[in-house]
Amino acid sequence: MKKTPLYETHLELGAKMVDFGGWAMPVQYSGIINEHKAVRESAGIFDVSHMGEIFISGPDAGGYSDFLVTNDLSKMTPGKVIYSPMCYQDGGCVDDVLVYCLSAENYLFAVNASNIEKDFEWIMTNSGMFDVIVENISDSYAQLAVQGPLAQEILAELTEIDLNEIGFFEHNVSMEIGGVRATVSRTGYTGEDGFELYIASHKGPGLFKKILETGGERILPCGLGARDTLRFESCLPLYGHELSHEISPLKAGLKSFIKLDKEDFIGKEALASEEQQGVSEKIAGFEMLERGIARNGYEVFNLDGEKIGFVTSGSMCPTLSKNMGLAHIHAEYSKTGTEILIGIRNKKVKAVTVKKPFYKKKYKKRGGVV
Amino acid sequence: MIPGENLKYSKDHEWVRIDGETATIGITNYAQVQLGDIVYVELPEIGMVADRDEAICAVESVKTAADVMTPVSGEVLEVNEKLEDNPELINEDPYSAWIMKIQMADLSDLDNLLSEDEYAAFCEEEE
Repeated sequence: MKKTPLYETHLELGAKMVDFGGWAMPVQYSGIINEHKAVRESAGIFDVSHMGEIFISGPDAGGYSDFLVTNDLSKMTPGKVIYSPMCYQDGGCVDDVLVYCLSAENYLFAVNASNIEKDFEWIMTNSGMFDVIVENISDSYAQLAVQGPLAQEILAELTEIDLNEIGFFEHNVSMEIGGVRATVSRTGYTGEDGFELYIASHKGPGLFKKILETGGERILPCGLGARDTLRFESCLPLYGHELSHEISPLKAGLKSFIKLDKEDFIGKEALASEEQQGVSEKIAGFEMLERGIARNGYEVFNLDGEKIGFVTSGSMCPTLSKNMGLAHIHAEYSKTGTEILIGIRNKKVKAVTVKKPFYKKKYKKRGGVV
Repeated sequence: MIPGENLKYSKDHEWVRIDGETATIGITNYAQVQLGDIVYVELPEIGMVADRDEAICAVESVKTAADVMTPVSGEVLEVNEKLEDNPELINEDPYSAWIMKIQMADLSDLDNLLSEDEYAAFCEEEE
């Protein structure tokens, strides 16, 4: 199994380790619910060094990055970060990524751990017409996510830089924090304000411990279990669940990240035609009306008992104390307030479609908390 | 965590307390630690008849759903309804938070179960 530079640190902290897509990762330290609440109410730190970093440089780095993704990068300037699906020609999703414009000719793609090799190959394969160099630098970097309403207060004690200068979806490409050189962005995967830090891999354990020490009782180490419940409550898609080669970003409800009016990009034609015809299936949110917890892969039925789709993610939501789910279902059933049935073991259990997200995100955008 | 006396264990991590022909069944401390925060228990139906090793109900943590296999054949006499609203009782004290009582159909089912020492050794191997 692959290990992040923080593997030993996790063991020291008493984490429960699991196999996550071939990576030995902490699923929890003190308990998923406890860690989830820490991030919602105070702060949590996650080792997300398994995530990949792909570096695109050269005169065409900006143009090529824009060609690869569905969102519009054409007006992107150094210091910005943009979230985007990256699609195949058929409109299916290769991955969803964060693109960092580090400088005019240097772009960084932060990609999902399970997709690193596939993404790298995809980005290499399509680069023919562009004057770029593509490098997979995933192993050189450790990535830490510090998330929660007190994330900024804690990190501010470790740096001279005014973190207010890093706006929502912006980054500082090279700053010192805790005595370590880092690229720091105001981004995350929890629905809270927070930061993601990219550092040289051997600096990972030291900085992780330093942030924990500085945060003291304000911060908890958090595992992938809480990361999943946090992103789930906020209805942030997880590749392989709400997004995949089969589930296009339009079906996933990510229309605002698809700019069909921008210049050519991979998948444009297919997505334009899918939009014109209307999607046949959608990712809908639902709440359980009867007892039971929906899980990934469970079947979904209409009230006549006909199969209409499947659950992509489901869990008890720690902040809401409700059992919620996301499902890939025929579009006609996705309207809010539609009663559906979830096949849980040998029973069909009632649920109702609800609006997404389940938890209102508390991002710190300029002009206050939005 | 003190399991108490006269408990037998299954390799699926259930404990069984015998009282005459009645088996009281729960999940072990090892099982609850592995699962983490338990947020839902799907109890079996009273009167249900099940064979040994049949998945009879489920215990769910935040992350996963785990089937509970009945370690003995028989009929479900009673279920612990307290777990419906307080599933975390299993985390707090797994050997008090029993799940179901079964009227055993075949006392020889007990021969397949492990003693406390055997179970402890089995868990060590699992690690």
